[in-house]
Amino acid sequence: MTEKPDLRAAVAAGVVGSEDSFRALLAAIVEVARSIFGARASSILLLDEKADELVFEAVVGEGEDTLLGSRFPAGKGIAGWVLATRTPLVIEDVQQDPRFAKDVAEGTGYVPSGLMAAPLLHDERALGVLSVLDRPEQSLFSLKEMELLGLFANQASIAVDLLLKARTANSVLEQGEGDLEIVARLAAVVDGLEDSKRDAGLRLLRELADTLRA
Amino acid sequence: MQHVTEHSADSGQSALPAWSLPKDAVDRIALPAHWPERITREWALGGGTGKGARVCILDSGVEAGHPLVGELEGAVVISIGENDEVIAEEDLEGDVSGHGTACAGIVRALAPECGISSVRVLGSSFTGSGAVLLAGLRYAVEQGFDVINMSLSTTKKPFASVLHELADSAYFKRTVLVASAHNMPVESYPWRFSSVISVGSHEEDDPMAFFYNPSPPVEFFGRGVNVEVPWLGGRSLKVSGNSFATPHLSAICALILAKHPELTPFQLKSVLYLTATNVGGGK
Repeated sequence: MTEKPDLRAAVAAGVVGSEDSFRALLAAIVEVARSIFGARASSILLLDEKADELVFEAVVGEGEDTLLGSRFPAGKGIAGWVLATRTPLVIEDVQQDPRFAKDVAEGTGYVPSGLMAAPLLHDERALGVLSVLDRPEQSLFSLKEMELLGLFANQASIAVDLLLKARTANSVLEQGEGDLEIVARLAAVVDGLEDSKRDAGLRLLRELADTLRA
Repeated sequence: MQHVTEHSADSGQSALPAWSLPKDAVDRIALPAHWPERITREWALGGGTGKGARVCILDSGVEAGHPLVGELEGAVVISIGENDEVIAEEDLEGDVSGHGTACAGIVRALAPECGISSVRVLGSSFTGSGAVLLAGLRYAVEQGFDVINMSLSTTKKPFASVLHELADSAYFKRTVLVASAHNMPVESYPWRFSSVISVGSHEEDDPMAFFYNPSPPVEFFGRGVNVEVPWLGGRSLKVSGNSFATPHLSAICALILAKHPELTPFQLKSVLYLTATNVGGGK
């Protein structure tokens, strides 16, 4: 089996988890980030390298109904700067920047007045940007918040890396012969079983493999 | 600027011994007699305006003519040609994110008469931005600026060795690289190289307060929290981050170099240490 990348991908896709579960993880991360900072909104933008665009992959708070899935050029704006320079920054009164409003808030009617943004980095790669919008006006920013933002970005990077791996596994599966999907489903089901049921399931699969080989 | 040519290795000082020190050459490398016994902040930069020093903002471009930035000495945008050649063209687009303008404004506020040039390495696209950054740095080093402000970093390991060479070559050409340190647990460059001046943030309000860090790799802390800066469209914003602490140190370097153009990057770093707020500058 180790010589068959499609089969490996099928099993990986089944065991690693679905895209939905990683999307839920990203949503949970932005929800906690928004809550901890007392912000009006938080989002994760992922880099689509082929299109050279940033895509809203998780949004909570203002804009969550409209922004998800929307895109803008990866080289421009504040998020583009954060991504390209791998450097986090915090800006207040972003309303004064018309380009920011155009890039991010177009179509939502929501223009934030403050923004914290950190790059999502995994190994050498820049995967996207974590943003927290509109912290309470009365709270002065300090280095403690910057550190916290970095911690969230680190957590989000790990989740994004897993999401991208799951996508790759699924895409290999889709490009292969579609009937391998059953292998992914089997792997997922067996992986979800416990104790005696799991033992029984594995026994059944071994016998099935022997029968098919015969 | 005059002092760059006067003190560059290619001109007046080329007669100085470079690779070894014969007996009869000892007198020729004697340190200037006018150096004080004790280096103070007043000696280093007191009364200075940065006049004569040339600072390069390697970033997203700079909005020329912004009331808090003033006129630029030059502005180019870097791209890579079809045959991998570096192209530096006049930048007609200006700042594509606002960040470069903010950095230029911080430098202008502290060193009002220094020359500021923009070398734009960001904005055309994300893809290939690492290669453009390297090309832009190479270009800036070739121009012989006194100070290059790099409020950015890369995590790409293949770029690290080239960046290292460029940082060393700048160091020996008397160009000071001032680079933002990372405040996240990742390996990034060029701030980790010892030939650059790496900068993190402190929370004090005084723009001239800077601290030496006895526990490197981050060597200095500059003002980086709740800083008023110019932004696009002639406006101002309040910002935080190491990328804004960095131009504070760049400006302080420009002030020192304008007053003491003879300093090498090594000497400049020593002066920064001796005049840091937590060393001698706070007294």
